[in-house]
Amino acid sequence: MSAAKSTSFDLKRSLIDTILAGLISLIVFGPIVGVVLDGYSFNMEPTRVAWLVAGVMAGRFLLSLFLQTPKGQSILQGFEGSGSGVHVLAPDYKSRLRWIIPALIVIAIVFPFFANKYLLTVVILGLIYVLLGLGLNIVVGLAGLLDLGYVAFYAIGAYGLALGYQYLGLGFWTVLPLAAIAAALAGCILGFPVLRMHGDYLAIVTLGFGEIIRLVLNNWLSFTGGPNGMPVPSPTFMGLEFGRRAKDGGVPFHEFFGIDYNPNVKFLFIYIVLFLVVLAVLYIKHRLTRMPVGRAWEALREDEIACRSMGLNHVLVKLSAFTLGASTAGLAGVFFASYQGFVNPSSFTFFESALILAIVVLGGMGSTVGVVIAAFVLTVAPELLRSFSEYRVLLFGVLMVLMMIWRPRGLIRISRTGVVPRKGVAP
Amino acid sequence: MSAPILEMKEIDVFYGPIQALKKVSLHIDEGETVSLIGSNGAGKSTLLMSIFGQPRAASGQIVYRGTDITHKSSHYIASNGIAQSPEGRRVFPDMSVEENLMMGTIPIGDKFASEDMQRMFDLFPRLKERRNQRAMTMSGGEQQMLAIARALMSRPKLLLLDEPSLGLAPIVVKQIFATLRELAQTGMTIFLVEQNANHALKLSDRAYVMVNGQIRLTGTGQELLVNDEVRNAYLGGH
Ligand SMILES: Nc1ncnc2c1ncn2[C@@H]1O[C@H](COP(=O)(O)OP(=O)(O)OP(=O)(O)O)[C@@H](O)[C@H]1O
Ligand SMILES: [Mg+2]
Repeated sequence: MSAAKSTSFDLKRSLIDTILAGLISLIVFGPIVGVVLDGYSFNMEPTRVAWLVAGVMAGRFLLSLFLQTPKGQSILQGFEGSGSGVHVLAPDYKSRLRWIIPALIVIAIVFPFFANKYLLTVVILGLIYVLLGLGLNIVVGLAGLLDLGYVAFYAIGAYGLALGYQYLGLGFWTVLPLAAIAAALAGCILGFPVLRMHGDYLAIVTLGFGEIIRLVLNNWLSFTGGPNGMPVPSPTFMGLEFGRRAKDGGVPFHEFFGIDYNPNVKFLFIYIVLFLVVLAVLYIKHRLTRMPVGRAWEALREDEIACRSMGLNHVLVKLSAFTLGASTAGLAGVFFASYQGFVNPSSFTFFESALILAIVVLGGMGSTVGVVIAAFVLTVAPELLRSFSEYRVLLFGVLMVLMMIWRPRGLIRISRTGVVPRKGVAP
Repeated sequence: MSAPILEMKEIDVFYGPIQALKKVSLHIDEGETVSLIGSNGAGKSTLLMSIFGQPRAASGQIVYRGTDITHKSSHYIASNGIAQSPEGRRVFPDMSVEENLMMGTIPIGDKFASEDMQRMFDLFPRLKERRNQRAMTMSGGEQQMLAIARALMSRPKLLLLDEPSLGLAPIVVKQIFATLRELAQTGMTIFLVEQNANHALKLSDRAYVMVNGQIRLTGTGQELLVNDEVRNAYLGGH
């Protein structure tokens, strides 16, 4: 019987699956698609629902059949095996990243030659979220501190540039490091009171912190312009501006180099700097996770009492995670502000924090590659599918549910390379 | 007579209004195996943690190799040669055996990591078989071995063990104590907190008996094994 099972199809099971899927889709689509508002009344549209439900059922049936083939079985097993958390690679394991990273860098260099302005801005946005994801990944993924107000540090970076320009005449390059420092300080300030908190309590306090920053920006009209926002200067390259005409009688970039004025140059410039910063952050993070502090973060996530028994200073470890995460968000904020040319508080709502958290969760807590992929999926996909942009939140929801079912530990499983035994030590 | 590696003088420890340790004095000499036995809630774990300054002693003095460490940071203490395997093992559940061992090197850095890991695998062959297994999925005995090995990774001069026999089958307890004996023979100074008085006293050179936050009795392991009070209270009267 069991031998026959693997070759023949279990039709009954497939049919049950199909009917269940049909019922669920009827419940989900019925009210949304079947009832169409028409002025003050509404029309029933049973045929549309019928089509959708039929589509879902047919799809489910085919999927169910496919999963019973040997190939489908192996795919299914791949999914089921993924729940087992971290897996450790052999010390001499050569990561595929050896090829992927140089390939990505090459793509990134070639990309601007082919991209139009729109594509360029989309990718810039994607990279900004990569930065945010990497930063939050330190706090949530590695150190295990659930931070729901992460957007506050992003806002500090963005407003740092706007305010610094308005009141102190600072430009992009000065603010870039300053914003990282300011956000790090804010991370410290938030870090101290929440040191003793865990899980839910920490989440609530950080959520509150994020909202406080947004509300201050929103309501301090005289200083931040409130909901009207503030203008942000364009970045400069060695003092050269990218505008058609430079202010204060300076020479704009295109005249200095004797090329035609091209409004894309500003974005190209942001893209290049941003890409370099992302690479630097990736590198730093890569180093950190292999240093004692990186290990300490993970140890803290796993068991705080064990950490204390090793004499680990949990205050320092938590603060360093908060500070580093925050400063990364500060950097991202500066790029976001220059990219938009304008900031206002509505860019820094809780939804944004949730989006960044979704990137970290989707990418697989603690996994760098996963975070990079997830950042692009969650920010670039909605842009490219512009016509479906209202469904962005739906897309999120669906992705999250699918993830929790099939990849409860994120897209990319964290894998660590085992320790390399030194020479002269028997293996 | 070798000098004490650790000396606690009249230590008082409070948890809020509750006094957990009352004028506790004890000393551990270099190379000795000393155990501390007592019933639940006597304050044994508190004593062990107070060596790490968590909680801090309200009064009294802790001297380690001639240095007053009463007010030193836990990190200082850990990186200067005291390591502990905490009560309930507390291995890092989602990390492999090797990674757990690597965590043990945090106090001193990973200069000797591979070499020491090899030593741990010699001491606990079971860990070597399971070097890539996640700690969460290991048996209680294996986790206890891992917790001890992790403590040893910081190359301690004084090893503190809190109830290594907790929740383990008698045969596994035997194995663990055999390994501890082996370890003691290499010259390691061990301070052992135990409820399993029988095993602990047989292993130890000296022992202290703690009742309600105070040291009630002290003597060599052999003396306490035949002491009536100890037999009735901790050895089930046989
Ligand atoms: N963090 C704490 N806060 C308040 N009281 C505590 C705390 N930790 C321990 N105590 C109290 O201090 C006393 C001693 O506890 P301790 O854990 O040191 O006992 P123990 O001898 O290790 O017991 P066991 O054998 O059960 O582990 C107990 O009365 C306990 O309730
Ligand atoms: Mg205890």
